[in-house]
Amino acid sequence: MVENRPLLTIFSHIMLLFGVAVIALPIWIMFVAASHPEIRMTQVPLPMLPGGYFFENLDIALNRGMSGMDGNGVAYMMLNSLIMAMMIAVGKIAISLLSAFAIVYFRFPFRMFFFWMIFVTLMLPVEVRILPTYEVVANLGMLDSYWGLSIPLIASATATFMFRQVFLTIPDEMLEAARIDGAGPMRFFWDILIPMSRTNIAALFVILFIYGWNQYLWPLLITSEPGMYTVVMGIKQMLEAAEQVPQWNVIMMTALLAMLPPIFVVIFMQSLFVKGLTETEK
Amino acid sequence: MARVVLEGIRKTYPNGFKAIHGVDVAIEEGEFLVLVGPSGCGKSTLLRMIAGLESITEGRLSIGDRDVNNLEPSERNIAMVFQNYALYPHMSVYKNMAYGLKIMGLPKAEIEERVKKAATILELTDEQLIRKPRQLSGGQRQRVAMGRAIVREPSVFLFDEPLSNLDAKLRVQMRLEIKTLQANLGITSIYVTHDQVEAMTLGHRLMVLNAGNVEQLGTPIELYQRPESLFVAGFIGSPAMNFAEARIDAAGKTITISGQEALPLGDGGMAEHGGKDVILGVRPEHLELVAGAPDAVPMTVTMVEQLGADTLVHGHFGESKSDLTVRLEGIRHIKGGEVLPIRVSPDHLHVFDPKTERRLS
Repeated sequence: MVENRPLLTIFSHIMLLFGVAVIALPIWIMFVAASHPEIRMTQVPLPMLPGGYFFENLDIALNRGMSGMDGNGVAYMMLNSLIMAMMIAVGKIAISLLSAFAIVYFRFPFRMFFFWMIFVTLMLPVEVRILPTYEVVANLGMLDSYWGLSIPLIASATATFMFRQVFLTIPDEMLEAARIDGAGPMRFFWDILIPMSRTNIAALFVILFIYGWNQYLWPLLITSEPGMYTVVMGIKQMLEAAEQVPQWNVIMMTALLAMLPPIFVVIFMQSLFVKGLTETEK
Repeated sequence: MARVVLEGIRKTYPNGFKAIHGVDVAIEEGEFLVLVGPSGCGKSTLLRMIAGLESITEGRLSIGDRDVNNLEPSERNIAMVFQNYALYPHMSVYKNMAYGLKIMGLPKAEIEERVKKAATILELTDEQLIRKPRQLSGGQRQRVAMGRAIVREPSVFLFDEPLSNLDAKLRVQMRLEIKTLQANLGITSIYVTHDQVEAMTLGHRLMVLNAGNVEQLGTPIELYQRPESLFVAGFIGSPAMNFAEARIDAAGKTITISGQEALPLGDGGMAEHGGKDVILGVRPEHLELVAGAPDAVPMTVTMVEQLGADTLVHGHFGESKSDLTVRLEGIRHIKGGEVLPIRVSPDHLHVFDPKTERRLS
């Protein structure tokens, strides 16, 4: 649509700028808060321009922790979060690829039954099954471990369903050509199916990584040892830190840090992400 | 190169549908056999059974001197070209062609040699070898698909309607290329198509399939000159053969299309079928326009199609309802409504039993 109405253009731009402000302002405030000394954050009015303490705060947040806490920064929590998110994303993709492969390409008894079983688990997110899952994880001795943090979250009906749909769009001749070329099932899976779903895998990785990174309730429940805390839990705990005025500069710096990995994942995988959700040519 | 022998091959699907009702054929070394028939006749199923992509319910299939009924497709020493090419989209042309060889475990040097050789035969340039299939045109993709078949150095080529995704001009060109290629390599080939022109031009022999049954097996000329059934008569030849209900006189010397003059039967008549109701078939190209001939039949023209080289005249004999097509050479200026004197040559009459639909005589 080509239109040339200056008022409309101005109005559209104002609306866009307003939208940007709604999204960006909190992030800006977070950034500003993370760059002032602790004392400045208790004075009114709150600063709207960045101060000069960004790197000091970074050092405190990462390595030293808030005053009055255990003296550890959030660096290890970032690492925990990263490991958990990676395990969840990679695990979910691996399991869903295999189960979708089984459902689409193999004829076995109760195939559709199992498919619907997987599908039905969509109705059972972690929050619904949290107590029995906790029981199972505790009995398996997986409390306070990376396995405990990630395994209960790995099964994914959404991803299985998505890969099923992707595989269904791949023409049968592809399998037949591979069979004539002498490729066995796993070879076909590895050499042809996975490369052909590459963009979908990337798109799903972005979504699942962020899902894993943002987990709060489950890690809170199964970790009691501070060494296993994740950064999202860390932020919450900083707010409640023993009878102190919240140290907003450190908290905001931690929040800023917690935002970074998902942003990196999105930025670096953006083009694959878009392709994975829109590409139709097979 | 190998002989392919099918003995009593049948296919019944688990749901009880019978796709193939018993096929017996021996395909000689270096022969080009075309399976032809309308869609749903079972020709692709039969090809896929030979390839090993469908199981064989009953019968014996041997390639070379091995029974291959229970072998995997890759163990049958065959190569197949698919209708939609089925190239791996994420691999370069070179890798597409090399993939099967890599799985076979051939050394890199030999793979390269074979792929290069196939590329030369198919006139694929080095620059095209590093492209992805989607960067190629339809004809080039088809060449790559054939290249993937050639590098395997199989004893049998299987083609599943390889030209139906191409445009008309390219189809003619690729048809010639396939024919030349097969003749040069001398590899036994089985080719499935629904296009009877492709079938006639490519095959040493044709097998016409209809609803899972073999209607006729023979050279293209045999099928054209002596179709054994009504189905083959109607299927082979374009435009299709004209059919009319007719009756043979008691002596078996003449044949009468209802309400028309009697036509003499060639070859000394059909005494054994005297007095029978039959279906008479005549090809459009065997009807002549002859002014003043005593045995000419008047034909009322309803429509004319000018093809340049030929003129197709549609109409019917006198009052009879059965449609009739006449193919006249060159450009003729004929209009609808005209009445033309048409002569049917007695040597080109095909007579079929209306019940069994088989050829009489």
